Amino acid sequence: MTPAIDIDHVTKIYRRHGHSRRFATLKSTLLTGSLVAQLRPDESFRALSDVSVQVPRGVSYGVIGRNGSGKSTLLKLVAGITKPTHGSVRVNGRVSALIELGAGFHPEISGRENVFINGIMLGLSRRDIERRFDEIVEFAEMEEFIDAPVKTYSSGMYMRLGFAVAVHVDPDILLVDEVLAVGDEGFSLKCLDKFAEFKRRGKTILLVSHGLSMVERFCDEALWLEAGDRRATGDPKRVVQMYLADVEQLEDELLAAADAKAQASAQADGSGQVVESLNDPKGPEPAAEQDVASPASEPDNPLDEAASAPEPAEQAPPPPEGEHAEVDEETGLVNMFTANEGRWGSGVVRIEEVTLEGDQGAGHVFHTGDRMTIRMKVRAAQPVEDFAFGISIFSTDGVCCFGTNTNIEEMESASLSGAGEVEFAIEQLDLVEGTYKLDVAAHKRDGFSYDYHRLLYTFRVKSRTKDVGIYRPRHVWRFTDNLRFKPVSAAAADDSSSD
Amino acid sequence: MLSNLGELFRYRGLIQTLVARELKARYRGSVLGFFWSFVNPLLLLLVYSFVFTVVLPRGELVSLEPYAVFLFCGLLPWTWFSSSLSDGANVLIINGNLIKKVMFPAEILPIVAVLSNMVHFLFGLPILIIFLLYYAVPLRLTELAWFPFVVAVQFTLTLGLAMVLSALTVHFRDIKDLLANILTLWFFATPIIYPMSFLSDRGKAIMDLNPFAHLAISYQEILFYDGPFGHWKWLLALAAAGLVLFLFGYALFDRLRDSFAEEV
Repeated sequence: MTPAIDIDHVTKIYRRHGHSRRFATLKSTLLTGSLVAQLRPDESFRALSDVSVQVPRGVSYGVIGRNGSGKSTLLKLVAGITKPTHGSVRVNGRVSALIELGAGFHPEISGRENVFINGIMLGLSRRDIERRFDEIVEFAEMEEFIDAPVKTYSSGMYMRLGFAVAVHVDPDILLVDEVLAVGDEGFSLKCLDKFAEFKRRGKTILLVSHGLSMVERFCDEALWLEAGDRRATGDPKRVVQMYLADVEQLEDELLAAADAKAQASAQADGSGQVVESLNDPKGPEPAAEQDVASPASEPDNPLDEAASAPEPAEQAPPPPEGEHAEVDEETGLVNMFTANEGRWGSGVVRIEEVTLEGDQGAGHVFHTGDRMTIRMKVRAAQPVEDFAFGISIFSTDGVCCFGTNTNIEEMESASLSGAGEVEFAIEQLDLVEGTYKLDVAAHKRDGFSYDYHRLLYTFRVKSRTKDVGIYRPRHVWRFTDNLRFKPVSAAAADDSSSD
Repeated sequence: MLSNLGELFRYRGLIQTLVARELKARYRGSVLGFFWSFVNPLLLLLVYSFVFTVVLPRGELVSLEPYAVFLFCGLLPWTWFSSSLSDGANVLIINGNLIKKVMFPAEILPIVAVLSNMVHFLFGLPILIIFLLYYAVPLRLTELAWFPFVVAVQFTLTLGLAMVLSALTVHFRDIKDLLANILTLWFFATPIIYPMSFLSDRGKAIMDLNPFAHLAISYQEILFYDGPFGHWKWLLALAAAGLVLFLFGYALFDRLRDSFAEEV
């Protein structure tokens, strides 16, 4: 059986926009029939490279990928709006594209007339539309306003009407681009029902979406595009998992880069104290390792929607340069509630490297409940007897989730000389999803800083459950017998992540 | 290309709908509404008559009695021609979302531009007829029989030009500004407000190169001047040229078609 959509080694090259060489496209098109043949490589942009996909009849096919990965280009090629530069696209059956809803609506004339015009544009006859008109209007929930000019419609009404016309074209192949967020909750559900109905009736659906849960739940197959390349195809659950893993890796790299920047600038600020005193390093000597383990966090603060990049300057006053004055008598910690990111201290003991480690090694992205180890490489410029190590975790809105040090936990320092390693192991990272920042410090027991790293390390906690707050204690719900919930499998379907 | 041309016939329903939409939308919200189709040419006529009979009266124009009718014969087709071209040049850009977001046969758009302006032209004809009757201008059936043919020639010619302009404007937006000025020049370089007989022999020879001059003269000979329609040879030549231009315009459009979605 011929596939409904056959994308065969398709490459799509766009011209980069710019004012230079406007003639080039025109000339190239006129002479060779190709838009980009005469363009230099730096003037063109490859949106898709050598992508082959076959969508069998009756299959719901999801396309996922980051912005700019070529998803919409693929859809436009299938819709016939643009032509591939190389390769071929074959489509068998009537196509209706939900790429831009109500694209042909004329603002000045009534919704009724626009339905007819739009329907005719999508390939229906006048009689077809007359037959389906009531159904369309009812579906769009527009009975009241159908005779008003379209310019008076709200954007939701506009989209609803456009959607209603497009799905009532009765296509064999439906192309959907990110339009599921049409109208209110109720209408979205109706749209989903409509897609389900299409699916039941054996229509082919090509769905481009950022809603990964939608792809997982709804599609039979999925394609992951990455910068115009086909990265994976097949079972949606597997493809989505691969994609998510990749997104996390990129997130990790971004966090690492941002941290490195913060650390570099802190280094520059604090170089006066820290580096100078460390210019005469002693040879490596036995490490004084100290283990502290006590995961605990404070609840009660609204979940912050993980800001993608760590933003500096969350707290008002700039960091006090050099020697730190604000020392909390009780805890011996620097007053972390007023300081900004930075680094200060005498440098007698120096924290040279901080790594966060999960089960899969060093990284910046963790999942709720994961093991997380904070590892610090430290070095004492001279043997010291009075020292303590501390850590605290902050949420992005500046709330201290947890803070401790060896002194608070009543460990008495004895001796440290040369290089050593400190490990702070959190058995279970019971934080809700969000971005967190870390302070690490080496100081005297009275709080005098040797080396204080303020908010220089960032990690992100991901969770499949979208609960709020900061702290996610391990918990169990229990109910009496007369109180029941639906079986877990249905709920689990909703429990998939989406971005 | 020929099969694409055949497709055009299949789209006639769509063309019809879009022309109707264009006409409806144009006067939506105005008090006079559709009457503007009649009032517009009338006002234009009034302005030109005022200028050339009151402000700048010229003795030579006395021979063109009634001047309003003479003027109308050229002005009405010119309005169709010039608005078709300026609409046609813009039409792909204005409807960019159709071209970029929907599978849409782009060649329909310049056709719709020319056709909807033609409808306005046809609406202006009753006024012209009233003028002709009022001034009791003698008309002959043998001459009037040519009228539909002249309209057809003008349609072909205009459509060919509109195709070329719409396709090129996508690549060079400069065209629409340039076009506005060229059309003004063209108007005065065509015997619409003055008769051909004003020109020297050299002027006439140059005028022969102006395709719209032949159309204007044809309209004037059929409707205004007495005597048999003598311009038919030129008209036939223009018909042939118009057909060639249309085919060329369509071929160019067809060739550039794939670039529209990306350049609009």
